[in-house]
Amino acid sequence: MPDPSVVFQTTDLTLGYQTEAGLLPAVRGATLGIREKECFGVVGESGSGKTTLAMGAINYLSTNGRVLGGSSRLREVELTGLRRIQMRRIWGSRIGMVYQNPSTALNPSLRIGRQLSEVARRHLGLSAREAWEKSREMLARVAMPDPRSIMGRYPHQLSGGMLQRCVIAMALITRPELLILDEPTTALDVTTQAVVLDLVAQLTRDFASAILYITHDLAVVSKLCDRVGVMYAGQFVEQAAVRDLYQAPLHPYTLSLLGCVPRFDPEGGKRLLTSIPGSIPRLDALPRGCIFASRCAFVRDECRRSPPPLRQVRPGHSSACLRWDQLPTAAEYARSAPQVPVHKEERPEVLRIVALKKSFPPTERIFGSGGKGRSIRAVDGVTLWVRKGNTLGVVGESGCGKTTMLRVISGLAPRTSGELLLNGETLPPDVQNRPRSVLKQLQMVFQNPDASLNPRHSVERAISRPLRLLAGLSRRQASVRVSQLLEAVNLPHGFSRRLPEELSGGEKQRVAIARAFAASPQIILLDEPLSSLDVSVQASLVNLLSELQEKNNVSYLFISHDLAAVQHLSHWIAVMYLGVLMEWGDAEDVFAPPFHPYTEALLSAIPVADPEVGQRPIRLHGSVPSAASVPAGCRFHTRCPRKIGSICETQTPPWREGRNDHRIYCHIPLEELRRLQADTIARRAGG
Amino acid sequence: MSDPGADTSSRGLSRALGRLRRNPAALVGTLVFLFFLLMAVLGPLAAPYGYEAQSIAQRLKPPNAAHLLGTDQYGRDILSRILVGSRGIFLLSGSGTLLAAFIGVSIGLFSGFYGRLWDEALMRVLDVLLSFPPLLFALLLLATLGPSPLNLLLVISVLYVPMLARLARSTVLDLRTKEFVEAARIRGERDLVILFREILPNALGPILVEVSVRFSYSIFLVASLGFLGLGVQPPSPDWGLQINEARSFFATAPWILLFPAGAISLLVVATNLMTDGLRQVLQPGAR
Amino acid sequence: MVRYVARRLGLVLLTLLISSAVIFIVTQILPGDAARAILGRFATPQALANLREKLGLDRPLLVQYGSWLAHYVRGDWGLSLSTGEPVFPLVAARLRNSAMLALVAFLMYVPLGILLGLFSALRRGKLFDQVVSITSLAFIGLPEFVTGLILIAIFALGLNWLPASSDIRPDSGLIAALPRLILPGITVSLVSLAYIARMTRSSTADVLGTDYVRSAYLKGLHPLRVLFTHVLRNSLLPTVTVIAVGIGWLIGGLIVTESLFSYPGLGRLLLFAIQRRDLPLLQAITLLLVVVFSLSNLLADILYALLNPRIRYTT
Repeated sequence: MPDPSVVFQTTDLTLGYQTEAGLLPAVRGATLGIREKECFGVVGESGSGKTTLAMGAINYLSTNGRVLGGSSRLREVELTGLRRIQMRRIWGSRIGMVYQNPSTALNPSLRIGRQLSEVARRHLGLSAREAWEKSREMLARVAMPDPRSIMGRYPHQLSGGMLQRCVIAMALITRPELLILDEPTTALDVTTQAVVLDLVAQLTRDFASAILYITHDLAVVSKLCDRVGVMYAGQFVEQAAVRDLYQAPLHPYTLSLLGCVPRFDPEGGKRLLTSIPGSIPRLDALPRGCIFASRCAFVRDECRRSPPPLRQVRPGHSSACLRWDQLPTAAEYARSAPQVPVHKEERPEVLRIVALKKSFPPTERIFGSGGKGRSIRAVDGVTLWVRKGNTLGVVGESGCGKTTMLRVISGLAPRTSGELLLNGETLPPDVQNRPRSVLKQLQMVFQNPDASLNPRHSVERAISRPLRLLAGLSRRQASVRVSQLLEAVNLPHGFSRRLPEELSGGEKQRVAIARAFAASPQIILLDEPLSSLDVSVQASLVNLLSELQEKNNVSYLFISHDLAAVQHLSHWIAVMYLGVLMEWGDAEDVFAPPFHPYTEALLSAIPVADPEVGQRPIRLHGSVPSAASVPAGCRFHTRCPRKIGSICETQTPPWREGRNDHRIYCHIPLEELRRLQADTIARRAGG
Repeated sequence: MSDPGADTSSRGLSRALGRLRRNPAALVGTLVFLFFLLMAVLGPLAAPYGYEAQSIAQRLKPPNAAHLLGTDQYGRDILSRILVGSRGIFLLSGSGTLLAAFIGVSIGLFSGFYGRLWDEALMRVLDVLLSFPPLLFALLLLATLGPSPLNLLLVISVLYVPMLARLARSTVLDLRTKEFVEAARIRGERDLVILFREILPNALGPILVEVSVRFSYSIFLVASLGFLGLGVQPPSPDWGLQINEARSFFATAPWILLFPAGAISLLVVATNLMTDGLRQVLQPGAR
Repeated sequence: MVRYVARRLGLVLLTLLISSAVIFIVTQILPGDAARAILGRFATPQALANLREKLGLDRPLLVQYGSWLAHYVRGDWGLSLSTGEPVFPLVAARLRNSAMLALVAFLMYVPLGILLGLFSALRRGKLFDQVVSITSLAFIGLPEFVTGLILIAIFALGLNWLPASSDIRPDSGLIAALPRLILPGITVSLVSLAYIARMTRSSTADVLGTDYVRSAYLKGLHPLRVLFTHVLRNSLLPTVTVIAVGIGWLIGGLIVTESLFSYPGLGRLLLFAIQRRDLPLLQAITLLLVVVFSLSNLLADILYALLNPRIRYTT
């Protein structure tokens, strides 16, 4: 007798893929239930099967996908076994979906209005006019500016955040009973993400009955969901209420995962992240015992004998671990990681850029207004320096110019004006003019591990080139050094013969790091090196970078939009917006009040994987102005929640100095800021 | 994202062969192509009779034990003529295409890599050449220069240089901005090294596929030219020419025409299948 | 949008100008002595001199080119060397005939090719797809003169349903000429049909695998609706380009087919001009065909821009 308050329930659902290697069981025995007005989060890394679970549960598998067993019910309707024609009455009307990449989820050749109203026409039986009206209303509900004109636009004319809101509107227009969101904010900026998440939290309760939220981001789940299930290699290893899971996880995988996320810690202090050795088991070679046994720090013999079932061990809390009651708490586990020594002494400068500017000429339009365009001021006067053995982290969202700045420093893009100094000497702005001795000192790790290694070159060749070119080693010497470097980045010696296509993303990035370290540079530029990797892989790379920095006394200039990772790795931090720095200081100082209002907004926007940390919701509205028409005065004034008046629109702000060389580029005095921002982000009392 | 349905075999060559195995048509095509290539190499050695050997007694005989594919109006063995004709095809079409590839790819590589004014001007020139329908252009040139084998070779090359240059150029443009090329710059690799050791190995895949496509077009073209009388001249056993000569006998002795026609089709289709297979092997992402 | 069209038009005109120069160079300059090339080795000096004067070959090259081009643009295409008649009306009549044949062919292979490609993509891997795939491969390999001969053998000589030769009367209309247009029409269509079917299949298959088609299905829309509203708009875009490039093939195919079927079209006239070394006729036809090809490419580009919102509405 199904419980009437349960909207969506899967019981022992098992899904597989038919491949040449046989039938691969991608999801095994998945059981979850979502009640009315409840949001259930499914957390997992790549290969966990979370998307397969969602797709299989609503009967939308690819041609080689199979439902191998179990059931999936939407209220009283059993979904498995229904034919497409029956599912068509359910999809779109009783089940709504929001996808990961909004720009590909909408048809580029149809207007937004058309794509929304066709749902209303099909499932609500409305006429064309009524459907159009309803769609417009829905767009207003998702806070789209000027819904009427948006209805007539095409997807390529809207930004990512706006597109995602359209997709959400499209999913909710029929008031579905189940709303599934598959990593809906992964492709968006932090501040945009926050706005979209707010929207999801607010609207979905009104429009949908039950929500299934799929993500790899533990932090988002902690803010949005009521209950959460952790998936690993195709099965649930733990399920609990959000608060319980984060405070007292009862499975080693959950524990490690929580430890992998660089915790944004208002208390400071620096530890290595916990990382998970090994890799996820292959679906055609599943172990006999517990699925996590080979990577578990708490494994016992009994774990390997037979797979522990997922069972309720405390009220509302299930675990698939035999030793659930012997595990440390999350806090204890995090404290078990060794502390990283933090050096505070004054060190010499390695790199300095002074008043760096980089502009691009106005883009030629095929059919533009025909008038002369303005040049794009990507980097508009940045001064910063990096000290020996230290990391300078530059934080900013897309369009702030940090990547351009890095490309100018590396010599790949010519600067427009400003100075570049390496060890006090002027750096030739074009990489092709730099002598080998200079190139040796400055190397780079790129963002996309798939594109930064030549697909046709072996690992050996990739790492030995800089050794031959810049360090002048002979072939034999280089070969020896390659082995040493592989060891230093924790890759087996045999990898040297492999091609990039045989490596995982994390392994490729390690090779890229080894390559950057090869000629023993003084400073390494890192362009968002972690963004395309899994959480646990990120953690091990962050640790690796920390270690290597300690051992080799090398400096990093590390740019990222991931504030937590930056806080973890950096000694100094610069916050960048629309081509200039907004704040500059020691890592501890920047992330404690007083903050620049932009920094403050960023901090209140990133979800923190700790229900005890409260964040005041400070949201930025509108979007980043174009770098071709920079606002006058303080360029942040168009979105600043703390704008004080016309002074912000007309006069450029002064640099206000705090202790220890902490600077904030704002009209508001520091004391005032400190007072206003005291509770923006803080641990709740008694937590 | 790991894909549960992904291929699990390991190294380069076995991976390639694995992909090929899933496409039996491509395999068959490649084998047929290689067969004709072999015949071309062996030349007159493989043929049971000389391609010019006439015999009044044996005129217009249908396929029989002595002449597997029959004889033509001069008593010449059709099988031998076809086998020897493949030599002409590969020599003419093959070297024409290779010449076009060499010139076109070089142009495209350097133009795409260095860019700027040269590149723009070159693209305009190629545009002009591409604005001529292919057969028309060939006829125009041959009408002026005369249909000697050398001229045919030149015509084929000129015709296919633009497309190959364009393809090489666009491949280079695409690769030039990749991060591994930038990594090479940052470690001080010289321009030419980057072009030939970083970019070219990755460009070879699409280029090879395109060369294969051009080859099949050129067979088609040479056959058409032969038919129109502006191609290879008699008594060469060129397949297109054979068809032209067989027109008047089509009603009474259709095999004289059908077998060379079949040979042309077989080789072109085989080349196309092989190209499809090449595409799958070299560009696994493409459909 | 207007600027786009204007720019493309400008480029096309520039290209045509250079093409005309290329034609001129190849036909009049390359052979060295054009008069001798026309009259042959055994021409008398007097005959050569007469011809040179007639064609204006003793003027400076640039003047010759300029004069030729100026006349061409005005429609004065000179007199045919072999018939002595004005070239323009002759070519115009033949153009009309070729256009009829091309139209018949076009109407056959474009819709059919698209339909075949669509259904193959929808039934990927199944029997229909495999059959179409193999057949289209076969057609791609068969030159027009081969298929033409086979078709003649079967339908004309064998079954006697259709005439073997298509020597239509110069002034016959489309309907009257239709029976004679069918076989050559099919002949010239087959290769293009195969290419369009393959391209449509591949681009449709690509589109069927996109995220937005998945969104459409998950909105509970009927598959036919998904096909017509969501898929076609996107999958037919590359087909437009292929059709345009195919016109070049079509022109080549017409030359061969008209020769085979003795059809009084432009292609056959071109071959005639080549045989007779009729310089003015050859130049006129070649330039005309290049213009036709370029304009059809321009049209296709414009159509593509119109149909693709990303180009049409760039903010």
